[in-house]
Amino acid sequence: MAWRLRLAPEKTHLDFFRHQWLTFGGSMALMVMSFVLWGVMGLNFGIDFKGGTTIRTDSTTVVDAGLYRSTLSGLGLGDVSINEVFDPSFRADQHVAAIRLSAPKGQEQISDDQMKTVEAALTKMDPNLKIVSTETVGPKVSSELVWSSVMALAATSFGIMAYIWLRFEWQFALGGVLALLHDVFITVGIFALFQLKFDLTIVAALLTILGYSINDTVVVFDRLRENLIKYKTMPLREVMNLSVNETLSRTLATSLTTLLAVGSMLALGGDVIRGFSFAIFVGILLGTYSSVFVAKNLVLLLGLDRSDKPKKTGKGADHEFANIDA
Amino acid sequence: MQLTTPLWKRLIIWAIVLAGLVMAAPNLFYTRVETRNDAVTAMAKEAAAGNPVTPEQTAALSLWPSWAPSSLVNLGLDLRGGAHLLAEVKLADVYKQRMDALWPEARDALKEVRDATGPIKRVPAPDGTLRITITNAAGVPAALAKVQSLSSNVVSLTGAGQKDLNVVADGQDIVVTLSDAEKAATDNRTMQQSLEIIRRRVDAAGTREPSIQRQGADRILIEVPGIGSAEELKAIIGTTAKLTFNTVVGQGTDKAANPGPGNLLLPASDRPGLYYTVEESPVVTGDDLVDAQPSFDQNGRPAVSFRFDTTGARKFGEYTGAHIGEPFAIVLDKQVISAPTIQSAITGGSGIITGNFTVESSTNLAVLLRAGALPATMSFLEERTVGPELGQDSIDAGKVAAVVGMCAVGLFMLASYGIFGLFADLTLVISMGIIFGILSMIGGTLTLPGIAGLVLTIGTAVDANVLVYERIREELRHAKTPARAIELGYERAMSAIVDANVTTLITAIVLYFFGAGPVRGFAVALGIGIVTSVFAALYVTRLVIEAWFNWRKPKTLIV
Repeated sequence: MAWRLRLAPEKTHLDFFRHQWLTFGGSMALMVMSFVLWGVMGLNFGIDFKGGTTIRTDSTTVVDAGLYRSTLSGLGLGDVSINEVFDPSFRADQHVAAIRLSAPKGQEQISDDQMKTVEAALTKMDPNLKIVSTETVGPKVSSELVWSSVMALAATSFGIMAYIWLRFEWQFALGGVLALLHDVFITVGIFALFQLKFDLTIVAALLTILGYSINDTVVVFDRLRENLIKYKTMPLREVMNLSVNETLSRTLATSLTTLLAVGSMLALGGDVIRGFSFAIFVGILLGTYSSVFVAKNLVLLLGLDRSDKPKKTGKGADHEFANIDA
Repeated sequence: MQLTTPLWKRLIIWAIVLAGLVMAAPNLFYTRVETRNDAVTAMAKEAAAGNPVTPEQTAALSLWPSWAPSSLVNLGLDLRGGAHLLAEVKLADVYKQRMDALWPEARDALKEVRDATGPIKRVPAPDGTLRITITNAAGVPAALAKVQSLSSNVVSLTGAGQKDLNVVADGQDIVVTLSDAEKAATDNRTMQQSLEIIRRRVDAAGTREPSIQRQGADRILIEVPGIGSAEELKAIIGTTAKLTFNTVVGQGTDKAANPGPGNLLLPASDRPGLYYTVEESPVVTGDDLVDAQPSFDQNGRPAVSFRFDTTGARKFGEYTGAHIGEPFAIVLDKQVISAPTIQSAITGGSGIITGNFTVESSTNLAVLLRAGALPATMSFLEERTVGPELGQDSIDAGKVAAVVGMCAVGLFMLASYGIFGLFADLTLVISMGIIFGILSMIGGTLTLPGIAGLVLTIGTAVDANVLVYERIREELRHAKTPARAIELGYERAMSAIVDANVTTLITAIVLYFFGAGPVRGFAVALGIGIVTSVFAALYVTRLVIEAWFNWRKPKTLIV
């Protein structure tokens, strides 16, 4: 017998409802906490959503945030914030800073002349300094982006819900999507907690989480659908446990491969994309958790009507595989 | 027992794989192929202008064989470096200009009914509205009719049959605004002109692959790779296009020639190497033009017809009458577009420009002549500049992350599923190849989030294989024969694979429509990645497994 790496024993009989109050209840509590954090601390919105200007500088001289601040604060601009950026991929003498500026009161965005003054002041302060990127987003666009982000998240959720409804039952659709929102909201909560920069790419990451974390859930649901036909008299809760157990080793394998890939992006992909990778990493962890501990509990809460014969959907495209049994 | 996929199916699958990999191949030699492609474009451009091929270009051509596919994945601004601008065109500017231009016309028209109206005057009104006060209330109906007669039919498909002006009486005032149909038609024209002018100026600056797109009703998204900064780009766009008609003093090929006092030396836009000396003070300027339309000359070649206003017509008539047989230059943005010879006095105020035009270029020129300068001011809502160094750093980091991620996933699959894991790894490499092939073929753009999307795809690409293998394991436990277990594994995993991936595809589609730039690049990478990896897992791995199975004919199967 050849050796194989096993993430889960061949056959498991774990009761995933056993500590429901802890797992499911804990999830709900975390979600509430995320909302509170979100409300109390707020999100550290990037310029995509708040408007303003960011400048990224690259220098061979060590970044002295105080010096940067005093250089820029005399220029009659609005708020100035300076963050030094660290990344393992930087060269030893590479010192990067992220500068964020807002326009002075009464002005919508920083003008070209002000920008030139800023650039001149920075290069005068440190002749080795190079400005490697600048971004300015006006208030008009940023408020639109907030709205379109919310719309995109809603549209994706509805699209996924509609598709699952089509292929499964409405309880699955609702349960699945609520579990997704759980993943997304907690991710946002973590961004609020650590005050990580929340910009457009993070929204893209959240959308990606929607797409990927439903993956695991769908695989569990697919098995549940199959088992519901197979074991007509078994209590719903047990069928659910059986389905999760049967798919456990796949769930773990897929999550691990995805986490390996995203983890390498997070560690090695550079700081520009770090927030994005981090959001996806967290989202996938949560997604795996929620497909095992949250989604099916929601379906159980919503209840399934098992009285009639195998449901119509069973005759859809998937059914051709359902009856083949040797 | 044998596992067999019909031969035709096998052929199709391998053909797709091969095609994908061949299309992806040029990306392995990115700089080489890019240099060669640039040379091809440059040569085509200069061949049209009649210039000889330079030795550097010939050398560049030999870098990559001409029979081989040469499409490359485009690199987004965040990877290549460049500038991104989102401009908003102030459409209402044009309404104001129209009303300001209408006032003298209305004043002249109202002179004819002066007896009924008494003195009239323009009173302040919001921009885009012309308000005229009539002294004698009794004269209002007559004045109204007069002003209404200035209105003409809207020139557009949807607004056909409607008048361009709304003229109403408000007490003793006549209030004129543009009708909605005319506003729509004007907006469209303004946007077209703005796009055309921006495109022309950015092209003239000689940057590569600029993308200039209209977004929504009044916005233009300009993305120019390789440009130093957004300010630089704004400077290029902001220069005012100026159209003038000048007297030609002479022509030659010496670009350093001294044009003499009061003269200018200007290059010919359609024939590189040719320079015209023209008088600095123009005979007529674009300000005197009222219309320009693409048309054809008497020989059926594309041309541009134009019409001057009264002053322009008079000046132009006098000048052409006095200079029959001499050339005059049509100058746009300091370039001589053409220098036709005056055949006869042009007194009617309209004329035709012939030159080396195609239907397209004559249309463009007409648009430009109508416009001259940007028709409306623009404000910039969003500006982003990425330096090439930062882009290169991102590419390098992305490459490392992708390779490490791929190795980690590959090792995991090998450890978990043995030889089957190896098969999955093989298809993982193949699908990455196909993804690049498709991206190159459709001219897709790879952005930094796009690289992240690809890395994510590495992780999820093996998912379909995992589902199948786990299912085969289960079937084996139910004491099925190896061949049967493999067949059933594929069949029963199918619905889960399809459902799981369709949901992700939905996300990719929403992302595509929601996002611009980098995010859109991510959506494209994600979408193509999903389709490709499912194809690879369901068909390619299966063929490999079948081939292995039929060769080794194992009695027992360990997955």
